[in-house]
Amino acid sequence: MNAPTRPIFFDALRRNKSTAIAATVALGIVLAALPFLIGSHLGNSWLRILDFALLYIMLALGLNIVVGFAGLLDLGYIAFYAVGAYLYALLASPHFGLHLPVWLIIPAGAALSGIFGVLLGAPTLRLRGDYLAIVTLGFGEIVRIFLNNLNAPINITNGPQGISGIDPIRLGGVTLAKPIDFLGITVPSLHAYYYLFLALALLIVFITIRLENSRIGRAWVAIREDEIAAKACGIDTRNIKLLAFAMGASFGGVAGGLFAGFQAFVSPESFSLMESVMVLCMVVLGGMGNIPGVILGGVLLTLLPEIFRHGAGPVQQAIFGKVLLDPEALRMLLFGLALIVVMLYRPAGLWPSTTRRREFRGDAA
Amino acid sequence: MSIRPLLEARAIAKYFGGVKALHDVSLTIAEGEIYGLIGPNGAGKTTFFNVLTGLYRPDGGELIFAGDKLQASAPHKAARRGIARTFQNIRLFGNMSAMENVMVGRHVRTRAGVLGAVLHNRKTVAEEAAIRRRAEELLHYVDIADRADDLAKHLSYGDQRRLEIARALATDPKLLALDEPAAGMNGAETGELRLLIEGIRKDGVTVLLIEHDVKLVMGLCDHVAVLDYGQKICEDVPAVVQKDPRVIEAYLGGELA
Ligand SMILES: Nc1ncnc2c1ncn2[C@@H]1O[C@H](COP(=O)(O)OP(=O)(O)OP(=O)(O)O)[C@@H](O)[C@H]1O
Ligand SMILES: [Mg+2]
Repeated sequence: MNAPTRPIFFDALRRNKSTAIAATVALGIVLAALPFLIGSHLGNSWLRILDFALLYIMLALGLNIVVGFAGLLDLGYIAFYAVGAYLYALLASPHFGLHLPVWLIIPAGAALSGIFGVLLGAPTLRLRGDYLAIVTLGFGEIVRIFLNNLNAPINITNGPQGISGIDPIRLGGVTLAKPIDFLGITVPSLHAYYYLFLALALLIVFITIRLENSRIGRAWVAIREDEIAAKACGIDTRNIKLLAFAMGASFGGVAGGLFAGFQAFVSPESFSLMESVMVLCMVVLGGMGNIPGVILGGVLLTLLPEIFRHGAGPVQQAIFGKVLLDPEALRMLLFGLALIVVMLYRPAGLWPSTTRRREFRGDAA
Repeated sequence: MSIRPLLEARAIAKYFGGVKALHDVSLTIAEGEIYGLIGPNGAGKTTFFNVLTGLYRPDGGELIFAGDKLQASAPHKAARRGIARTFQNIRLFGNMSAMENVMVGRHVRTRAGVLGAVLHNRKTVAEEAAIRRRAEELLHYVDIADRADDLAKHLSYGDQRRLEIARALATDPKLLALDEPAAGMNGAETGELRLLIEGIRKDGVTVLLIEHDVKLVMGLCDHVAVLDYGQKICEDVPAVVQKDPRVIEAYLGGELA
């Protein structure tokens, strides 16, 4: 019996071209209209959350290459986000008086993060599982501590105060920080950032899909499945692992640069271990190794905590007449609960690849 | 029938603490033959494979393959040079399909990098199609084409052994090293395996075979070497090896112990 390796849904799309085109157009319209819908119904704070969801999707897709494809548990991934963000902050802010253009800084951030990825990868090549997790965790913390302390003797990072007044992202002389007139439509700043982030997230999705279905992607998964057999098949596991670290890190670097331009402020606080854990949760909860699952994980884990935060106060007010539990504490409690429930009932993630789904059901397809 | 030697092992040694897993093992495998490596449990057969394929660094000796020295402890380079293997305890990529397992085997003979993969330039697309074609061919060759889309770990035991052989063949080896391919197979399956190995040899691949099934080894191999406690005690054509008193002693001793 031949079981499909692709979800039925995508198979149907592939077979029926016109359905595929219709679905793509519909998705395009929804994605294009989304910021206007959210902006007018829910307000700017939710628009910001939407923009952040896109950044987290980029991060989750980057970490997915390392953890999901190559099977290397990385608990310090947020360091690459930090590298991208600080590079932008240093090269485009009053701090050093430099104001380099975005099209230069973002690729440079991707490259520098990629190099950091190799720096992390090289000494950890022989490590797996728990040991790798501990070393990468240390790496993430070291980067954050450096950012915190590199303000003396020479002030490079401005220490715990962080760097503020960062240039907003400008594209072709147009700043995204102010409303833009586009063909007679006024596009507010948060919308403009949304479109930029969406474009880059789609680019990263595209790159990831292409890599997954390539010789390189298969080599990553082979290493995850059995490193010794992969070596015996002629895979230079050292280089291929370093490539996974570099690729994953470079996505993080891009997201970091965008984050710095968007926030106009960076400080070491944004790059704590908790953030690494959060991105890892997105990957695992969504469906490790499966691109749609990872995207879903990114969206849900950005939105859910905010929904809990915004909802917890009013709901308690309505039921008990007063706020019994601090919404902030409740948020983490519910979040942890949600994770446990998902892992209990859907151990392969919310949207696992068909392969993984079969793996966890254990049926002989 | 000493044609060109494909592999020459010279005084290979491998020690694990006090255990002499291999000690002064020299053997010569001619191009195009099926060469058997037998011996009681723990004799060092698998260890020899691990040294040959670069998974272990030998503590002494050297390997000459196709006229050039093999670099120690570099498995992917051994594969590139043309040495492929299967494992005694099957090591497939369990959560990849049978097809993908074989496609991974093509890794070492293909070149596409990140840029090619992302841009899908004409060369990469052609290469990817060729990988797929070759993998399909090999699945047919080992007769499991109907399981192409199944996860490797869901295949039957015999099919997994076949898939491992297909994956190894995908690397275009000159020497195929099989570690107990008939283990756990019934008589009919062993018969099919024998045909498969003969076919592989006919297609120009030299075969190095570790096997406990004496009938299979004696019927299939041109030459046989016997290891015992890490030492080679005999190397000759099967008919001679079978009658060698040291070999009989080693096997009987092993059985009585
Ligand atoms: N990685 C290792 N560490 C320590 N000792 C090892 C290791 N690998 C093998 N040995 C020892 O080396 C000796 C040879 O083992 P090997 O696996 O090569 O035997 P074998 O001939 O393949 O036996 P079998 O027929 O049971 O597969 C044994 O005594 C084994 O315990
Ligand atoms: Mg063995």
